[in-house]
Amino acid sequence: MREIINMIVVLTVISLASGGLLAALREGTQERIEIQTLEFVKGPAIREVLQGASNDPIASRFQIKDGDALHNLFVGVFDGQPTAIALETSSKGYKGDMGMMVALDVKKNKLIGVAVTTHAETAGLGAKAQSDPKFSGQFKGVSITSPVKVTQDGGSVNAISGATITSRAVCGGVSSALATYEKLKPQILEKMQAVK
Amino acid sequence: MAKTLVQEFTKGLWAEIPPFRLVLGLCPTLAITNTVENAYGMGIAVTFVLTFSNIMISALRKIIPPKVRIVAFIVAIATFVCVVELVMQAYTYSLFMKLGIYIPLIVVNCIPMGRAEAFASRYGVVRSTLDGLGLGIGYTLALSTLAFFREIIATGAITLYEKPIAIMGASYEPFKFLVAAPGAFICLGLMLGVMNILGKK
Repeated sequence: MREIINMIVVLTVISLASGGLLAALREGTQERIEIQTLEFVKGPAIREVLQGASNDPIASRFQIKDGDALHNLFVGVFDGQPTAIALETSSKGYKGDMGMMVALDVKKNKLIGVAVTTHAETAGLGAKAQSDPKFSGQFKGVSITSPVKVTQDGGSVNAISGATITSRAVCGGVSSALATYEKLKPQILEKMQAVK
Repeated sequence: MAKTLVQEFTKGLWAEIPPFRLVLGLCPTLAITNTVENAYGMGIAVTFVLTFSNIMISALRKIIPPKVRIVAFIVAIATFVCVVELVMQAYTYSLFMKLGIYIPLIVVNCIPMGRAEAFASRYGVVRSTLDGLGLGIGYTLALSTLAFFREIIATGAITLYEKPIAIMGASYEPFKFLVAAPGAFICLGLMLGVMNILGKK
């Protein structure tokens, strides 16, 4: 009996100590890890959609709370003015969720760029949504007031051949990002002004 | 039989160098020695885990009940592996992405477990620290040596901090086979053979 109690006590104390150490360390590194993840996982997509910005969009980011959802927004400074904003969004692709970054110009009310960050689409077909600039380039300059759709649905975006579902998903993602933008517009514009 | 403290440290560098002499910790030895940078990154991570788990286990060796010692060892090792993982993620993210799953897998690497059972649970803190440091540095050297040959033969250059240093010259035709998995086995086999010849008295 004494032996069992001894075992339990020793193991509990060791586990508590290591758990406490890890919790403290996690607390201390969380912020840095978040920045690093943004930099390496989403960084390339953010830089792509906000090409030519004179600031570092990852450094000038802010968050807006919308109900339960927390949106990360990245600001791009063009010609000395914070005119571009990139939103993160996701939609259902052919296989699982697709994450994407949608950038728009708030002055001209036009899209500047769309880039897929994470996806599980078929290589060579749906995966082109991420790799083929011919597809993602189509979104550049599209007005944000008209609905974004593929040509099959009466829109103006040419779908990737053989991957209509993926192309639709990208359009859906862009539309939902635009909806978020419309909904949070006053807050977004206000926070953007703070960025130099 | 009793070793001096210096010997406790230096044995890990040659006489008991982990992958070549003890033939332990082979999974990362085969998997991540495709570039020198990966190899010493892994080596440093293992050295850290090994040293601190040795310290903790030898400090607690009289308190830990023998029946649950393996559980206690795993808790200690896993804790330090998590520490390494978080720190790497926070400060060297690109290395963390390249080493990927092999960082959490240090938990089941034979070296920390083997040293905990065979050494740290029997000797004092000072000896265990030196043992951990020595074996860890030995492991780092072994991985780097293996990676050095593999990377040079496979690419003709060594890439450190994203800067390639050409070694073989422009006319060298890279022998890509050596960065693939079978190349790792062949390289390791040759290294073990060389170590055996060198170690023969």
